[in-house]
Amino acid sequence: MNATQFQTPLKRARGLGAAKSGAHHWIVQRVTAVALIPLVLWIVYFALRVAFADYAQARALVHDPLNAVLLLAFVLALFWHAQLGLQVVIEDYVHTQWLEIAAQLAVKFFCVLGAVTCALAIVRIALGQ
Amino acid sequence: MAQTRPLSPHLGIYRWQITMTLSILHRATGIALAVGTLLVIVALLALAAGPESYAKVQAFCVSPFGLFLLFGWSWSLCFHLCNGIRHLAWDAGWGFEIPRVYVTGWTVVIASLLTTIAIWLCVAMRGGAA
Repeated sequence: MNATQFQTPLKRARGLGAAKSGAHHWIVQRVTAVALIPLVLWIVYFALRVAFADYAQARALVHDPLNAVLLLAFVLALFWHAQLGLQVVIEDYVHTQWLEIAAQLAVKFFCVLGAVTCALAIVRIALGQ
Repeated sequence: MAQTRPLSPHLGIYRWQITMTLSILHRATGIALAVGTLLVIVALLALAAGPESYAKVQAFCVSPFGLFLLFGWSWSLCFHLCNGIRHLAWDAGWGFEIPRVYVTGWTVVIASLLTTIAIWLCVAMRGGAA
């Protein structure tokens, strides 16, 4: 007896694409994109300031409350947007199931670890001294 | 199954268009920028860790390979930002007419190059933005 024969078509479609939550990924990708427009413009300006600073000055720049907030917002939006984008690339080009699952997991783990690492580094500097 | 259906586009005889180039470049620069987050992670970790580790990151950034990566990432960032705004305009329903698609496409190419040049002029003029 096949278990799927007792499932409705909606039950089989749920979680596999455009069943109620299909647009969520698309919308979050756009929301993070819009957030990243001003944040990227700011990070370019900020990175140029850091580039000409020595260690103490660079720490002081990240220690500044407003800079720390913007840097944290940038890093979170960045890794969120990167995960969503890389996910679509893998979905489009990787068709071997185990390879696709492995790649999707690797991207998710990398992005979460990257976000956590950056966030903790920023908080350490922002709250230190 | 794969052999019985027609495959499109026929890349071997497909006429070059700026639209297809910008489309694939948007993905390519997106992937490059995702790899580039490694530098953001390493730089922030080093800054939190101490002067010795930060000096290593600084040394890498001014090395020829480091500068090459930074230059590539800076253009990737400018391109992905400009073309991303173009994509958001499409998402809002604006700019689908073919002539407009070409105009915005070339605008993105020129804007990404100009902003990249502007960033590196700031670097060249040392402290220009600081």
